[in-house]
Amino acid sequence: MNDSRSFNWQGWSVFGALLLLWECASRFNPDLQLYLPPVSQILGTLARLIVSGQIVTHLAITFTRFLEGYFLAAVIAVILGAVLGYFRFAHSLFETVIEFLRPMPSVAIIPVAVLLLGIGDSMIVAVTVYASLWPVLINTIDGVRHTERTLIDTGRTFGLSRRRLLWQVVLPAASPYIVTGLRVSLSIALILVTTGEMVAGSRGLGFFILDQERSMNSGNMYAGIILVAGLGYLLNRLFLLCEERAMKWRHGMIAREAV
Amino acid sequence: MPILEVQNLSKTYRQMGGETTLAIGDISCKVEPGEFVSFVGPSGCGKTTLLMSIAGLIAPSTGKIIVHGKEVSGPPANLILVFQEFNKSLFAWRSVLGNVRFGLEARGNHSRESANKARSLIELVGLKGFENHYPWELSGGMQQRVAIARALAYEPELLLMDEPFGSLDALTRLELEDTLLKLWEELGTTILFITHDIEEAIYLSDRIWLLSRRPSQIVEELAIDFARPRDQITTRAEARFMGIRNRIYQRINSEGAP
Repeated sequence: MNDSRSFNWQGWSVFGALLLLWECASRFNPDLQLYLPPVSQILGTLARLIVSGQIVTHLAITFTRFLEGYFLAAVIAVILGAVLGYFRFAHSLFETVIEFLRPMPSVAIIPVAVLLLGIGDSMIVAVTVYASLWPVLINTIDGVRHTERTLIDTGRTFGLSRRRLLWQVVLPAASPYIVTGLRVSLSIALILVTTGEMVAGSRGLGFFILDQERSMNSGNMYAGIILVAGLGYLLNRLFLLCEERAMKWRHGMIAREAV
Repeated sequence: MPILEVQNLSKTYRQMGGETTLAIGDISCKVEPGEFVSFVGPSGCGKTTLLMSIAGLIAPSTGKIIVHGKEVSGPPANLILVFQEFNKSLFAWRSVLGNVRFGLEARGNHSRESANKARSLIELVGLKGFENHYPWELSGGMQQRVAIARALAYEPELLLMDEPFGSLDALTRLELEDTLLKLWEELGTTILFITHDIEEAIYLSDRIWLLSRRPSQIVEELAIDFARPRDQITTRAEARFMGIRNRIYQRINSEGAP
C-alpha cells in the first residue's frame, strides 16, 4: 500500500496527461466538443456555478443525504453485525435472508422505496442506508466470528461480562474487518445517493446532472459530474486519513508482517 | 483451607461421528495458598483441558473444582489463566501500558493511579521504556512478560499458567523462569504451572504432579525442596536435581504410549 504521506508523482502525471489528452482532443475536434467540452471550459463552468451558488445547494443536499445515509447504515450494520456474529443462533436465523438479499443490486430497491416513501429525502436516505449496510454488516459478522478463541478466553478469565467482552475484546479485534466494510460502503453510499437523486429527486447533484443533460447543457452536466467525482475522492482521502490514525496499531503490524 | 481443590475431575470429549474420548480420567488434588505447583506430563495428556476446566472456561464432565471455597461454574474471580500463545492473547490494539492497564480495569480500577501501578508492574517484569510499544513491536519473550504483567495487575490469588514459556527459545526461557520466581516471591501469588519441560518444573516448583497419558491421571506427586531463591546454575547443578529429573523422565516413559 502506498504511504499517503508521500506524493505519488507518477500517478498524478498519468492523470494530468489524460486530462491534457481530453483537452486537446476536444479543442481540435468540433464534433466531439458538442458532447465533450474541453476540461478547461468545464472547470470554468464549475467555477461559475460555484460562485453563483447555483450548484452549492445541490452539493450541500447531496452531502447531507450522504452523511445521514452512511452513518445510519454504519451504526445499524455494526450493531447488527456484532449481534449476528456473536450469537450463533441469531446468525443461523438470519443467514438465509442475508444470503438472498445481499447479492441483489441495491438500486433495484429504489422503486420499492418510492412506493413506500414517495420521492424525496427519506426515500433517498433509506435506499442509501439499505445499500451501504451490506458490506459493513457482512464484514462485521466475519470479523466478530473470526475473533481468536484465545482472545475471548483471555477476556473471560479476566471476568468480563458478555457485554464488556463484546466492547473491549471482540469489537476491537474485529475492527480491521469493520473498517474494510466501512470503506467499501463509502463509495456505495455516494453511488446510491446520486442514483436516487437521478431517479426521483428534485434537488441534489444527481438530479442536477440529469437535469442539465436533459436541457442539453453538457457543460453544466460535466461540471456536476466533476463535482460529484471530487466529493467521492475527498471523502475517500478523508476516510483513509481517519483510518490511519485510528488503526495505527494495525498498520505497523501489517508492515512488519510484510517484511 | 486450600486455595484450589480438584475432586475427581474427568472430562470426556465428544468427537465428530459421536465417538467419545476420555481426556482426563480422574484427577484430585489440592493447592495451598502461596505454593508454586506444576503439572508435568507428555504432550496430548490433557494438561490444557485440566487448566481450562480449573479456569472455568470449559465445564468438566464429572467432578468438582473448588476455588477459595466456592465451586467453579464459570471463570472464578481471583484467578487468571496465562496462555501459551501470548501473540494471540495480547490485545494488539493496546500498547504495552494499555494491555497491563486492562488487568486493572477488569478489576474496576480506572483511576489515574492505575497508570502508575501499571507502570511499576511493567518495570517489575523488566519492560521499562517499552510502555508505549505495541505488542507486535516486541519479541516473544517480551510479549509473554506483558501477558504476565497484565495478569498480575489483576492481583489474582491464583495464577494458572499453561506452558507459558513453551514457544520461547532456551535462553529467554531461563530468563523468564527467574523473572517469574522473583515475582512469585515478591507478590506471594499462588501459581499453578503446566509444562512438559521436566527441568523447568523442578526448577520452579514446590511440588510436582506427574500426569499419565490420556486419559490422564496423577501418577506421582513429588515435593521439591531446593533452597530458595533458586539459581539457574547452582540449583540445577545440585546432584539431586538430575536424580529427580531422571526419575520423572523414566516414570513418564514407563507409562507407555496410549
